[in-house]
Amino acid sequence: MNRINQKLEEDKKILSIYFTAGYPKLNDTVKIIQDLEKNGVDLIEIGLPFSDPLADGPTIQKSSTAALKNGMHTELLFEQLKDIRKTVSIPLIIMGYFNPIFQYGVEAFCKRCQEIGIDGLILPDLPLDVYLKDYEAIFVKYGLINVFLITPQTSDKRIKQIDKASNGFIYMVSSASTTGATTGFGEEQKTYFGRIAALNLNNPQIVGFGINNAETFDQATQTTAGAIIGSAFIKHITQFGIDTISDFIKTIR
Amino acid sequence: MSYNADEKGYYGEFGGAFIPEMLYPNTEELRHNYIRIMDEPSFKKEFDQLLKDYVGRPTPLYHAKRLSKKYNTKIYLKREDLCHTGAHKINNTIGQILMAKKLGKNRIIAETGAGQHGVATATVCALMGIQCVVYMGEVDIARQAPNVARMKMLGAEVRPALSGSRTLKDATNEAIRDWINNPVDTHYIIGSVVGPHPYPDMVARFQSVISEEIKAQLKEKEGTENPDYVVACVGGGSNAAGAFYHYLDNPDVGVIAVEAAGKGINSGESAATSVLGKVGIIHGSKTLLMQTTDGQITEPYSISAGLDYPGVGPMHAHLYRSGRGEFVSITDDDAMKAGLLLSKLEGIIPAIESSHALALLEQKTFKPDDIVVINLSGRGDKDLDTYINYFKL
Repeated sequence: MNRINQKLEEDKKILSIYFTAGYPKLNDTVKIIQDLEKNGVDLIEIGLPFSDPLADGPTIQKSSTAALKNGMHTELLFEQLKDIRKTVSIPLIIMGYFNPIFQYGVEAFCKRCQEIGIDGLILPDLPLDVYLKDYEAIFVKYGLINVFLITPQTSDKRIKQIDKASNGFIYMVSSASTTGATTGFGEEQKTYFGRIAALNLNNPQIVGFGINNAETFDQATQTTAGAIIGSAFIKHITQFGIDTISDFIKTIR
Repeated sequence: MSYNADEKGYYGEFGGAFIPEMLYPNTEELRHNYIRIMDEPSFKKEFDQLLKDYVGRPTPLYHAKRLSKKYNTKIYLKREDLCHTGAHKINNTIGQILMAKKLGKNRIIAETGAGQHGVATATVCALMGIQCVVYMGEVDIARQAPNVARMKMLGAEVRPALSGSRTLKDATNEAIRDWINNPVDTHYIIGSVVGPHPYPDMVARFQSVISEEIKAQLKEKEGTENPDYVVACVGGGSNAAGAFYHYLDNPDVGVIAVEAAGKGINSGESAATSVLGKVGIIHGSKTLLMQTTDGQITEPYSISAGLDYPGVGPMHAHLYRSGRGEFVSITDDDAMKAGLLLSKLEGIIPAIESSHALALLEQKTFKPDDIVVINLSGRGDKDLDTYINYFKL
């Protein structure tokens, strides 16, 4: 069974952390993953940096630009991760934009992911119809879970289509925004969370965008399986360095 | 073979809508409605009326006799430079502002490189009394001060794009991010035949008035609708899409797309996407784009800010791959010379973008009885500083 599915069966709220590979320093990747696991994080999203991250706000844009400047690239990330399963057992997801993966070759990319022990991918700009038509079979072949996004604007009909195409969890974007843009949850989110809960989807949902402390984490996870923190974590390691990861996780739970 | 977009926005293998889910409802709303709205008689009437009375259409098809004599062929110039605001860009912004109104949107966003599309968008927003935000790379804001001032006079807010290379591609990223953050009330007016479906097709349809007019005008002057060649410069490719549109299914008419070679194809400072690009995804479209082997999008270069785009519209990628279009690249130097030549021979100072199309005449020999239509996409007023510095005027 895929590590993501296993983790989702545990009776706890999932805390997922996103970070950009190659940031702050080129070779921080493995240490960040190990420290996140040590500090009780449940799932990790490793960001493959891209020059033009359309869905990201300033924090992740900057970390991506810096990571590329540091020299991060696809093959190097695979190199850094090649022995990762000797030291960690936490579910690992690679999150990136489609073009770098398309250039690497989708099948070659998925194959490397399987060899390393990556459990899933989040590719925000790979649309559902293209995935189903051209790539689903490859993901299945290499045991990778593909995670789709939904937003408050996504119709019930489409959410059901996405649920059907999913085999891990659904990434629930908390509001109409790029990453790191919102502060706190209001009435709109309450209505949205309620609407999704009422759909009784097959796949659990994990909320992302706008979660930055214990309060927003608790709000986000009341009706869902967990929450994802990205920008707030990157801000923390930018300011305090990667030796203080435990301090950050303590502010969440 | 079809050269138009299919229902999913594909031109052969190119096109589609590679967008984050956040943009799905916006583009779906457009995709469901754009053709229906464009076909509504009330829409057509208002669009045609504004093109006539406000933009100044039809633009002349001018037989350039002295230029023809020099190159020993028959050259017509399609005078898009005479459009209101100085270029063909306004054909599209008029169409899209009417589209936005029909969709009930009350806020407009746009990206701009040199500022021509920004000005054309700010103009139609002023005309309709709609709020307008234009994203422009910080670097471009510094080098295109007059257009920034024009947009401000027209009531638009110009927001600097501070990310990445701080030029056109980053301004486009910022506009897309704005749309993600404002999915309900805002319409994004893309300035070229780029972006996710249905934009390339919609913008091409709005610009297709160019070739529609060429056909009628050539019929009157030459007794035939069809020239031997239509020539246009290509950055993203909107003026070329418009000039080629009604000729694409007629193999007797050659279509020639002129890209910016910058300082030379192999100089590392170029924008010749068909030569230097590989298939990839940029701004929601699968097309040819300039990128590293690792799939990071690279920064193009051209002396002409309007051709300075790392991708090319999916329609053009398909014209290139299928062989339907002939693709040529022209260096900065050759374009500048061609601009000066047209000024002296015909009394028309062209935009440097259009000068690239004109420079083809030095590179390709046409027969004396060929009819060659060159789309003069814009006027050179905006480029005076560049001309002054280049020629030490």
